[in-house]
Amino acid sequence: MSAAEATSSAPGYSQLGLKPDEYEEICRVLGREPSTTELAMYSVMWSEHCSYKSSKVHLATLPTKGPRVLMGPGENAGIVDVGDGLAVTFRIESHNHPSFVEPFQGAATGVGGIVRDILAVGARPVAIMDSLRFGDPTDALTRHLVRGVVHGIGQYGNSIGVPTVGGELRFDPCYAGNPLINALCVGVLPADRILHGRADRVGDVAILLGAKTGRDGIGGVSVLASATFDEESQAKRPSVQVADPFREKLLIEACLELAEKRLLQGLQDLGGAGFTCATCETASRGHRGMRVWMDRVPLRESSMEPFEVAMSESQERMLAIVAPSNAEEVEAICAKWGVPATRIGEVTEGSILEVHWKGEIVASIPARSLADEGPVYERPMERPEWLDRVQATDLSRLPVPEDLGEALVKILSDPNQADAAWVYEQYDFLVQHNTLEGPTGDAAVLRLPNSSRGIAISTDGNGHYSYLDPYTGAALSTAEAARNVACTGAQPVAVTNCLNFGNPENPNVMWQFAEVIRGMGDACRSLGTPVTGGNVSFYNETSGEAIHPTPVVGVLGLLEDVERRCGNAFRASGDAVWLLGPTMVEFGGSEYSRVIHGVLGGLPPSIDLDLEARLHKLLVESISAGLLSSAHDLSEGGLGVALAESAIAGGIGADLHLPQRKAPHVWLFSESASRVLVSVCPEAEDDLRAMADRWEVPALRLGQVGGDRVNIDGVLDLSVTELGEARRSPLPRLMSEGL
Amino acid sequence: MRVGVVTFPGSNDDRDALHAVAVMGGEPVALWHNDADLKGVDAVVLPGGFSYGDYLRTGAIARFAPVMGAVCDFAESGGPVLGICNGFQILCEAGLLPGALLRNSGLAFICRWVHLRVESAQSRWSRAARLGEVIRIPIKHGEGRYYADAETLKSLEDNDQVVLRYCDESGRVTEEANPNGSFGNIAGIRNSSGNVLGMMPHPEHAVDSLLGPTGGRAIFGSLISEHLAGVGR
Repeated sequence: MSAAEATSSAPGYSQLGLKPDEYEEICRVLGREPSTTELAMYSVMWSEHCSYKSSKVHLATLPTKGPRVLMGPGENAGIVDVGDGLAVTFRIESHNHPSFVEPFQGAATGVGGIVRDILAVGARPVAIMDSLRFGDPTDALTRHLVRGVVHGIGQYGNSIGVPTVGGELRFDPCYAGNPLINALCVGVLPADRILHGRADRVGDVAILLGAKTGRDGIGGVSVLASATFDEESQAKRPSVQVADPFREKLLIEACLELAEKRLLQGLQDLGGAGFTCATCETASRGHRGMRVWMDRVPLRESSMEPFEVAMSESQERMLAIVAPSNAEEVEAICAKWGVPATRIGEVTEGSILEVHWKGEIVASIPARSLADEGPVYERPMERPEWLDRVQATDLSRLPVPEDLGEALVKILSDPNQADAAWVYEQYDFLVQHNTLEGPTGDAAVLRLPNSSRGIAISTDGNGHYSYLDPYTGAALSTAEAARNVACTGAQPVAVTNCLNFGNPENPNVMWQFAEVIRGMGDACRSLGTPVTGGNVSFYNETSGEAIHPTPVVGVLGLLEDVERRCGNAFRASGDAVWLLGPTMVEFGGSEYSRVIHGVLGGLPPSIDLDLEARLHKLLVESISAGLLSSAHDLSEGGLGVALAESAIAGGIGADLHLPQRKAPHVWLFSESASRVLVSVCPEAEDDLRAMADRWEVPALRLGQVGGDRVNIDGVLDLSVTELGEARRSPLPRLMSEGL
Repeated sequence: MRVGVVTFPGSNDDRDALHAVAVMGGEPVALWHNDADLKGVDAVVLPGGFSYGDYLRTGAIARFAPVMGAVCDFAESGGPVLGICNGFQILCEAGLLPGALLRNSGLAFICRWVHLRVESAQSRWSRAARLGEVIRIPIKHGEGRYYADAETLKSLEDNDQVVLRYCDESGRVTEEANPNGSFGNIAGIRNSSGNVLGMMPHPEHAVDSLLGPTGGRAIFGSLISEHLAGVGR
């Protein structure tokens, strides 16, 4: 197509991850063979990561609308109306493969990327959360990954001044060859100042902001994110981007000043698929074309070829769409913050994205065909045949441990349940002075600026449940995240999801995916929490071994009054301890089965979504009425773990009696859903009981808070200090090994 | 009282410090690294963060910012200056305080609420505190291990210039209570005339009771409060 490309050493379509039929489709759309640059642009935009080609038909079934939703999926991040003229935006995204190849940079750029998504809608990023999953921590490679990822997240988040307020840390052998690094960011903005990633006015100027473009991250979304791993994968390190949090910090402040002064018509981050994605998506959303002079893009290496510039995923860049009359002011503000700003294009009539390079046109593509009209697959699905066998595991034959106290200590000191302070203390969770509840809460709680309201956020996932039954597993994860939010007193209002799966070309994986979406959709409809955005990460497998299907759910809740919120620590001696929600014999996928018996089998706990929704109403109402001293969600490890955690957090014990109708180990370790452990001052007990009756939530008085031991008569008697030590020591000990 | 807070490129706690000044009843004034004008403020705060990315030695570039000349003149003429975390590092680089902040002994960044014992009430920034009082303020840093040579340390001790020390809940200065390996458990020091204080813990995160303990009121209250007895915590 042009002389500029005659000497190109560019790869062919299959090396870029495109399939033969996709290449044919490109030729059909263009009416000719694509140029090298065009092929590169299609390969990244039509990658699984950018096009959602395998997941689209399923995602379309999720509920996305609600009275509070100002912007749903399809833009950079979903936005929710929280009242008082404020809006909250949040989204979660994966950075799994880059973090395995290069843990520090992979995790750091994962944070940087999600922060820019939030920035792109004009919001100040106010919180980060991280959901992390690794292989067996006794393995040296796993520890190397954990250290690198935690360091990378910390370095980035701390440097840009956004608090990392919580997350998850889980270990399972299925993630050994493919860790999951899911980063969530929350932003706050005035509800009347939402920015769109849109170029809708002909003549507007496209200004590239931020870092220079280099050869890092070329093909990140296609070669790295949309393919499975094998032994050669470490050679993909050049596809990992390199982070510069200082540049990001300046970019954040500059963009926020531009947004506050209303100088932007549109804003879009350059993340996956870089320059190509930002230009074609803004043009496509605005139903316009765009003419760009790509040779104006400031480069780190002058020898870069056009296809490399188009594909590069160099970090800390944004694309601003600006009225010509505002362009000079935009440039002045960027100069003040030390952020390079380069006019690289203009919005045009029509629909063509036209890319110029040194006097020649190297690409001329309908923007929509890149951004929105990529391939859509209805991939074959098949329930795995091994599932029946796994589900049929008879857990009732497992011998009950003689010493349940010892069993509890063993579960508490498992790396999955142990105190994650080793991780979260490496993160600044205080900056921006809004953190009402940090990493130790059931959910993080932040106050909103100039408002008596606050928000609560939690991320949860459970690969074990989803492995045993993806439908129920997804519903349980959604319910748990929402329950965590409700335990602070906040009403769950919206969901963002990060869907981590194996290879979608495998019908068993595709079936798991469809089931997860079905379960999540049902849960979201029942709980009144529409999905406002998220991310799908396929191809999480190494040498043919897929991870457990792992949907990670982020739930946003709205707290009406920050003065009326609840923590999970026991507060006062003499408070009564109550268990809300029904307990059944449910050990499938439980920590008890896994840690004590080494078994992963059976069916996960059942869930009654209506009951779950009523439980949330009960929590919000009782906390807002000031009835509860503490509320702590029961999930992994059941009542035993929740009780220990509330006692440890409060530095105070409890004396409990378990009803005879069930065996003590069922009370302690069953993981039945929709349950919360609360403490309440004696004068409020009648009110709580009446309220629980009204919401038709079973409520059971177990005993009272007090002393320095957790005593369950005849079953276990442990000091709070012992319990605390069991939880506190394992991670630091593990992570210092081999250093 | 008008209190200026300097924003360097990479400052993160500048808005937090401005907020803390307002909470404590002062008038917050934003100052800019590239502007040598202190706008007639009565005191200056150098906030936490990662000025210029801290890619070189922490604070090493910030000390050359145009505003720093004015801050040094202001300090030398007796004006109250508080350096918090990165601000403390900058004060050391600028020579307004002795010593240096090294990488934490555990080599990791630490964000944690700590206990501090007030060792000197003879500074513009600690005069509202009681000697020996234990206050709670969070730390959050990767390079906060206070170091100075033996002679300097002795002179700091002899001249009552150690203002804050890491201690346990009951005020005991122990090795376990030292989060970062600081020499002498030192968390904050003042200059000899008492108008300049540098501290690694973040008092600006500890003034608002909604957010947690309020040990930072002892610091900001020392500067701002007209009625010292009225500084609550």
